[in-house]
Amino acid sequence: MSDWPLLTLVTFLPLVGAAFILTIRGDEAAMAVNARNVALLTSLATFVLSLALWIKFDSTTPAFQFVEKADWLPALNISYHMGIDGISMLFVILSTFLTPLCIIQSAGSITVRVKEYMIAFLVLETMMVGMFCALDFVLFYFFFEGVLIPMFIIIGVWGGARRVYAAFKFFLYTLVGSVLMLIAMLAMAFHAGTFDIPSLMAFRFPFDLQRWLWLAFFASFAVKVPMWPFHTWLPDAHVEAPTGGSVILAGVLLKMGAYGFLRFSLPMLPEASVFFTPFVYTLSIVAVIYTSLVALAQEDMKKLIAYSSVAHMGFVTIGIFTLTPQGLEGALFQMLSHGVVSGALFLCVGVVYDRMHTREIARYGGLVNRMPLYAFTFMVFTLASVGLPGTSGFVGEFLVLMGAFKVNTWVSLLAATGVVLGAAYMLYLYRRVVFGKLVRDDLKSILDMNTREIVVFAPLILVVIWMGVYPHAVLKTMHVSVGTLIERHQAALANPPVVAAVKGESAR
Amino acid sequence: MSLAMSDLTLALPELFLAGAAMLLLMLGVFRKEDSARVVLVLALLVLTVTLVLAYGVTPKTGRATSFGGLFLVDDFTRFAKVLVLVATAFTLAISRTWMEKEEIARFEYPVLVLFATLGMLMMISANDLMALYLGLETQSLALYVMAAYHRDNARSTESGLKYFVLGALASGLLLYGASLVYGFVGATNFETIAKALASHHAPQGLIIGLAFLVAGLAFKVAAVPFHMWTPDVYEGAPTPVTAFFAIGPKIAAFALLVRVLTGPFGPMVEAWQQLVVFLAAASMIVGAFAAIGQTNIKRLMAYSSIGHAGYALVGLAVGNREGISGLLLYLAIYLAMNLGTFGIILAMRVKGRAVEGISDLAGLARTSPMMALMLAVFMFSMAGIPPLAGFFGKLYVFLAAVNAGHIILALIGVLSSAVAAYYYLRIVKVMYFDEPAEALDRPIGPTLAVVLAGSLVFIVFFFLVPSPLVGGAEHAASVLFH
Repeated sequence: MSDWPLLTLVTFLPLVGAAFILTIRGDEAAMAVNARNVALLTSLATFVLSLALWIKFDSTTPAFQFVEKADWLPALNISYHMGIDGISMLFVILSTFLTPLCIIQSAGSITVRVKEYMIAFLVLETMMVGMFCALDFVLFYFFFEGVLIPMFIIIGVWGGARRVYAAFKFFLYTLVGSVLMLIAMLAMAFHAGTFDIPSLMAFRFPFDLQRWLWLAFFASFAVKVPMWPFHTWLPDAHVEAPTGGSVILAGVLLKMGAYGFLRFSLPMLPEASVFFTPFVYTLSIVAVIYTSLVALAQEDMKKLIAYSSVAHMGFVTIGIFTLTPQGLEGALFQMLSHGVVSGALFLCVGVVYDRMHTREIARYGGLVNRMPLYAFTFMVFTLASVGLPGTSGFVGEFLVLMGAFKVNTWVSLLAATGVVLGAAYMLYLYRRVVFGKLVRDDLKSILDMNTREIVVFAPLILVVIWMGVYPHAVLKTMHVSVGTLIERHQAALANPPVVAAVKGESAR
Repeated sequence: MSLAMSDLTLALPELFLAGAAMLLLMLGVFRKEDSARVVLVLALLVLTVTLVLAYGVTPKTGRATSFGGLFLVDDFTRFAKVLVLVATAFTLAISRTWMEKEEIARFEYPVLVLFATLGMLMMISANDLMALYLGLETQSLALYVMAAYHRDNARSTESGLKYFVLGALASGLLLYGASLVYGFVGATNFETIAKALASHHAPQGLIIGLAFLVAGLAFKVAAVPFHMWTPDVYEGAPTPVTAFFAIGPKIAAFALLVRVLTGPFGPMVEAWQQLVVFLAAASMIVGAFAAIGQTNIKRLMAYSSIGHAGYALVGLAVGNREGISGLLLYLAIYLAMNLGTFGIILAMRVKGRAVEGISDLAGLARTSPMMALMLAVFMFSMAGIPPLAGFFGKLYVFLAAVNAGHIILALIGVLSSAVAAYYYLRIVKVMYFDEPAEALDRPIGPTLAVVLAGSLVFIVFFFLVPSPLVGGAEHAASVLFH
C-alpha cells in the first residue's frame, strides 16, 4: 500500500465517479437515484482513503509527505508535484468529510437535474482536495481556479431567486483576485526560476518586490477568505446557493484564502507579511465587529450565518498574522471548526427551508414544540459557533485570542468583543427560530428530522464535540508543521534578503 | 534566376495545392450534377495531401530558400502551415451541411477556400516584401468573394463589400509601407533588410514605413484600432465563412506578422515593440468591453477574436523566443476553441432556419445537454479558466510577458480576461440558468459531431499531455532566433 499514489487517488477518485455518472442512462427518476448512489459511494470511498492518509501521516516531521512528483511541462519547470504537511492534512479530511454529507443532504432538496448536480459536486471535490495537495504554483492555480466552474454552475442552476446575480458576482470577484495572484506567481517563478512551492519557500525575494507580490496574493486571498471590505459577494452567494453549495462554500472554499496566507504569504514573503500585519489586523477587527453587528440586523437565516462566517474568518486572519504558535494553531483550528460548524448551520437552515421554503427568521418561532431533535441539533451548532467550552468553536477562538494577546493587547481586546457579539446574534437567532410560542398555522404540522437528516447531522455533532473535548488529536497533526513555519519565518526575519548586495560587497 | 529541382520541392505543397485547385475548378465547371459535394470532398482530400506535404517538406539544414530567396521554408513555416491547413480542412468540412441547408452549396466555395489557403501558405513562406504582398492578395481576393458568397443576402453582400473596401485600404497602407522600406533600404528581401539594419542606424523614414507595414498587417489580424471591419464582416458573412475567417487567415496573418517583425525588422525591435504593445493592450481591452453588450453570437465572436488577437500579440510584444512560442501555442489552442464554438453556431437552427441570437441558446442545457456542455467548455476555455486548454495559452503568453518585464501589459491582459469572462459566462448562463427557448434542430450531422467531439477532447484533456504541442511551438519559435 505504501507505494500507492495515495494523494493522486484521493484527488482524482471523485473525478472517476463523475465520469461514471456521465455514462448513466435511463429515465429521469432512475438516473437520479443511480447518480446519487454512485456519487455517495465515490465520496465515501474518497473519505475512507483520506482517513488512511491521516492514519499513515507522520505528525513528527514538518516535511511534505506522500510526495508525488512527475514531469508535466518540463520546458517550463512545471511539474505535477503533490504532497501534504500538517497544515494541509486536515483540510483534505475536511473536504472529503463534508462532501458525502452534502450528497446525502441533497436527496431532500435537489430534485431537478440530479445527475448534473452530482457531477458538479464530485468535480468540485477533486478541485478542493487537489488544491490543498498541490506543491507547484501552476498546479495550485489550476485547482484554485478550477473550483470556480462547478461552483458557478451549482449556484446558478440550483440556487434561489437571485442566483444568476450571485453566481456572476462570486465568479468575477474571485477571478479578478486570482488573476492578480497569477501574475504574482509568474513574477515569483521568474525571480526564483522555479514553480516548485517548497523551493520557493526557501527563496528570498527582495523586500520591494515582496510588498507587491504580497498585495497581489492578498487580492486573491482576501476575496476568498473573505476579508472586509471584499466580502460582499459572500452573503449573496450563500443566500442564493443551494444548501449543499453553501456548506462547501462556507466549509471549504473560504478556507482556501486563509490556507493561501499560510502556504504562500507567510513563508515566501516573510518581511512583507510583517510589514502588512497592522493592515490585516485593522481589516480583521473591522470584519469581526462590523459584520457581527450586521449579522444582528439580518432577517434571513442564511444571510445571518454568512455574515457570521465573515466575522469568524476575521479571527482566523488575526490568528495567522499574530505569527505565534498559539495564534497560528488557533487559526487553523478555528478554520476546521468553522468548516464543520458553519457547514452544519447551513444544513440546519436547509432542514427547515426544505419544509417551509423560506429562510425568513420571522416566519419561524416555537419550533422546539414540534421539532425537539432539530432544536437540539441546532443548539449544539449554535453554541459551537458561539464558542462554548467543550465544543470545537471554543478552542480556536481561545488560542487565537491568546496568540493575539501576546502580540498586541488591543487587537485581542477588540477581537474579544466579537465573541460577545457572536453570542448575541447566534442566540438571538436561535431564540427567534426555536423558542417562543408556536403561533403560525403552517408550522403546526411541521415534522421533525427524518432518518436521512439524522444520518447527516450525527457525524457533525460527534466531530464538534470531539474537537472541543479532545483538541489534541487535531492540534498534534499540525503542531510540528506550524512550529517549523514560525521558526523559518523568524530565521528569515533575522536574516534580511539583502544577501545579493552583501555578496557583491564581499566580492569586492 | 534558375528554377532548379530543389527549389520546386520546397514549394511542393503550394504547387500541388495550386494545381489541384485549378483542376477542381475545371471539374466543377464541367460536372453539372452534384458538383458541389464532389468538389468539396476532393478539396478536403487535396487539403489533407497538402498537409502531409507541408509537414513532410523538411530542408536538410533546417532552413532553405528558393525562387531566388523569395520563398522560405523552415520549422516555423511548417508549424504555421500545419495549423492553417488543419483549420482550413476542418472549417471546410463543417461548412457542408449548413451550405446545403441554406441552398447555397456550390462548387465555387471549396475552390475559393483552396485558393485562399494557397495565399495563406505563400504568406507564411514569404521571405520578401513582394512575396508577402503576393500571398496576402491571393488570400484576400478569395476572402472578399467568400464574404459575399451568399449573394442574394443583403447582409452578406454588404459584408463582402465592406471587407473589400477596407481590405483594399489596408493593402494600400501595406504597399506604401513596403515601398518606403524599399526606398530607405534598397532591398525587398528579408535577409538583406535584416543585414542592412543590423549594420546601419535605421533612418526615420524607415520607421514610418515599418509603421505602415504593421498597420496593414494589424488589419489582417483584426487588432485594435484596425478592427472595425471585423464585427460587421463576421456578422454578415455566411456562418461557415465566418468560422473560416476567424481561424485560418488569422493564423496566417499572425505568422506573417511574426516573420516580418522578427526577421527583417528584428534589429529594430525597440521601434516596433511599442507599436505591438499598444496594439495588444488596445485589442485586449476593446475585445473585453465591446463584446459585453452584444446579442448576436457571431458579432460576439468577432469581438472575442479581437480580444484573443490581443493576447496572442502579447507574445509578439515580448518579442523573444519565449513570447513567440507562447503566441504559437495560443494560436493552436485558439484554433480548437474557435472550431468548436463555430461548430455549435453552425448547428444553431430552429425549424430549419439558421439563428444567431444568444437568446436562441436559452435553456440549451435542457433541450440538448451535450451541445450545451460542449459550448460551456469552449466558453470557459476562452475565458481562460483551468483546467481547460485556454488557460494554458494565456499562462504561456503572460509568463513570457512577466519574464521579459512587461508586467503592466500582463496586468492589462489578466484584468481584461476577467472582464471578458463576464460575456463568456453570460452564454453559459443563458444555456444553463434560463428557461428553455425553442429547441434547436437535431441531429447535427456526423461531420459536425466528430469535429465538435475532437475539439472538446483537445480542450478538456490538453492538460494531460501538453508537452508535444508546447514542444512543437517552442521548436518552431526557436528557429526565428538563431
